[in-house]
Amino acid sequence: MKAGSNLEKVLTAGIFAITGECGPPRGANAEVVREKAKFLKGNVDSVNVTDNQTAVVRMSSLGASLILIQEGVEPNLQMTARDRNRIAVQSDILGAYALGIRNMLCLSGDHQKFGDHPEAKNVFDLDSMQLIQTVKKMRDEGTLINGHKLDGAPKMFIGCAANPFADPFEFRVYRLANKIDAGADFVQTQCIYNLERFRKWVDQANDMGLLENVFLMGGVTPMKSVGMAKYMKNSVPGMDVPDEIIKRLQGVPKGDQAKEGIKIAVETIHQLREMKGIAGVHLMAIEWEERVPEIVEMAGMLPRPVL
Amino acid sequence: MRLSYPTNVKVIQVPCTGRVDIIHLLKAIEEGADGVYVAGCLEGECHYLAGNLKAKKRVKYVKKVLEEIGMEPDRVEMFNMSSSEGPRFAAVAREMTEKIKALGPSPVRSNS
Amino acid sequence: MIVGERKPLGDILDMIKDYKKVLVVGCKGCVTVCNVGGEKEVGILASSIRISRKKDGNEITVDERTLERQCDPEYVDQLKDIVSDYDAMVSIACGVGPQFLAERYPDAAVYPGINTQFMGGALEHGVWAERCQGCGACLVHNFGGHCPIARCSKSLLHGPCGGSSGGKCEISKDVDCVWHLIVEKLAKQGKMDSLRKLVPTKNWSTSRDGGPRKVVREDLKL
Repeated sequence: MKAGSNLEKVLTAGIFAITGECGPPRGANAEVVREKAKFLKGNVDSVNVTDNQTAVVRMSSLGASLILIQEGVEPNLQMTARDRNRIAVQSDILGAYALGIRNMLCLSGDHQKFGDHPEAKNVFDLDSMQLIQTVKKMRDEGTLINGHKLDGAPKMFIGCAANPFADPFEFRVYRLANKIDAGADFVQTQCIYNLERFRKWVDQANDMGLLENVFLMGGVTPMKSVGMAKYMKNSVPGMDVPDEIIKRLQGVPKGDQAKEGIKIAVETIHQLREMKGIAGVHLMAIEWEERVPEIVEMAGMLPRPVL
Repeated sequence: MRLSYPTNVKVIQVPCTGRVDIIHLLKAIEEGADGVYVAGCLEGECHYLAGNLKAKKRVKYVKKVLEEIGMEPDRVEMFNMSSSEGPRFAAVAREMTEKIKALGPSPVRSNS
Repeated sequence: MIVGERKPLGDILDMIKDYKKVLVVGCKGCVTVCNVGGEKEVGILASSIRISRKKDGNEITVDERTLERQCDPEYVDQLKDIVSDYDAMVSIACGVGPQFLAERYPDAAVYPGINTQFMGGALEHGVWAERCQGCGACLVHNFGGHCPIARCSKSLLHGPCGGSSGGKCEISKDVDCVWHLIVEKLAKQGKMDSLRKLVPTKNWSTSRDGGPRKVVREDLKL
C-alpha cells in the first residue's frame, strides 16, 4: 500500500471501484457539502472534491474535503496547478495530508478565461505532469522538489486525469503513458459518451501494457436533459457526445429524459465493466448527487466493500 | 635599433588596437594560428582615448570563447607597450612565443 | 527592443553536433541593436563553431546569413532557395526568429542560438534593462512614467513593499526599487495625492494570462 486509502484498498483488492464527485458550493455554507455527502456515503469508494472547477470560485477543495471526512466520506482532493505555484502546491499537500487526506487528483486546471474571473493572472508554475511528479517525490523520497528532507512524508494515493476525446487522438495514449511514468497510481477519464473511441484508446493502452501499472477508471456523467447533452457537445472543450446520444434523449418525452440519461450512464458502466484493463468508474453526477444511490444500485455495484 | 624577435610572429598593423575586433582574433585562430596577441599602447596613452581598453575587453571575450569550446584561453593575449619601447616589443614577442610553444600546436591545425 | 543573450557555446555546439553543414541566421532588428544577433555576431558564432569543430577534427561548413528581420515572412522567405542545402539552421534572432523559420520551412532543423530576455532599453553601452512586460494595458502614466508591472519584483500596484531599502529591492542590491523611483518622482512633481488612491484589481486578460495574443489591423490587411 502506498497510501492506504479506501480507494487504494478497493482497487488493489481487484474490486471494480466507483468514485463519486462533489462540487463545493459558491459560498461558505458547509451544509451544502454535508447534504451532498449524505447521497455519496456508502455508495462510492471515494469522492473527488473539485478545485474551483471551470475556474469558478468555490469553497476550497481542501475545506470541502475536510467536511467530507467529518461526514465519514473519503475525499479525493483535486488540485490544479492553475492557481498556485510550487510553494503553495507543496505546502497545501503537506497540510492536506496532515488533516487526513489520502487521495489526490493532479490537474493542470481549466483556463481562467472560462471561469467567473477571466481577468485573473494565471500561475501554471507546474503542469499536471510535474504536479504528479511532485506528489510522488514528496511521498516516496520524502523530499520537496528542491530535495529538502521532509519531517513526515505525505503518503498520497496519486491520481491523474486523462481525456481520450481530446485531439490529437494518436497522442492521447502517450500522454497517459507519460502520466504513469510521472507517478500516477490511478487515472480518471473524461466523461465517456463515445464508447467506440474510448475502446480504441483503451486497446492502445492495453497494447502498450500501460494498464498493468495503473488503475484506470472510466468517467461517467449522466445527462439530465437534451439541453445538457447539447451543451456538453457544443460548448465543453474536449467533450465527445455522439449524435446517437442526443437522438436517444430526444426520443423520449421531456419528463423521461433524466431517466433515460441515467439509463445510458448505467449501460456505460456495464460496458466499462466488461472492458479489459478498466478498474472502475468515476461517476460525476454534476449537481445531481441525489441520484447517485439509484445509479450505483442500478449498476449492480452495491453494497460497496468495507475493507 | 636592430632588435631581433622570433620569425614565427606575423605582424599585422592597425592604426589603433581599437580597430581589432573579436572576429579578427577568432579568424586567426580559425585559420590555424597557434596564438594571437594584441600589442597596444600603454593604458591611458591611447591616441584615440580608449582604443587599447576596448581591445583588452575583446581579447578577454575571445579568451572566454576559447574556454567555452575547450581550448587554452592563453593562446590569446593583450600586451601594452609604448611605441618607443623597441626592446619591450621584442621581449613580448619572445615571451608569447615561449608560452605558445609550451602549449603546443593549435588543435585547430593539428586535427584538421 | 527585445534583448537577448547568446546561449553558452557548449549548448549550441551540442545542438548541432551531428550536422556537417549549418547556416547561422542573424537578424538586423532588435538583436543587432543589442549586439547579440546581428551580422557581426553571426560571424563570431560561425567562426567559433568552425574553430571548435576543427579542433575536434570534425570539420563543419558554417555559412552566414543575416536577414533584414526574422519576424516578417517576406524576409524569412529569402532563404527558400538555400535552406535545403543545410542540415540545420541556428537562428540568433529573438525567440520569434527560430519559430518563423521553422514554420516557413517545416522540414528544416532549426535551433535557437540566443536566450531571449526581455523588452527593454540600453542604460549605457553594453547594459540593458527590462522596461515592459507587454501586459496589454499600459498604465505607466499613473506611476510617474515607471512601470511597476515590469520593474517591481512583485508587480505590485501599491508599493513600495516592506522590503524596499535605500532605493533598492529586497531581492538584490543591484535592483532598483521602482516604487522608490515612483514615489520620488511623484513627490517632486507634487502629485503624491495620486498614490493615495487605491488601484482596482488589474485585468490580466489583456496580458499573456488571457492566452496567446494576436493583433489584427483590418486597415492594413491586404
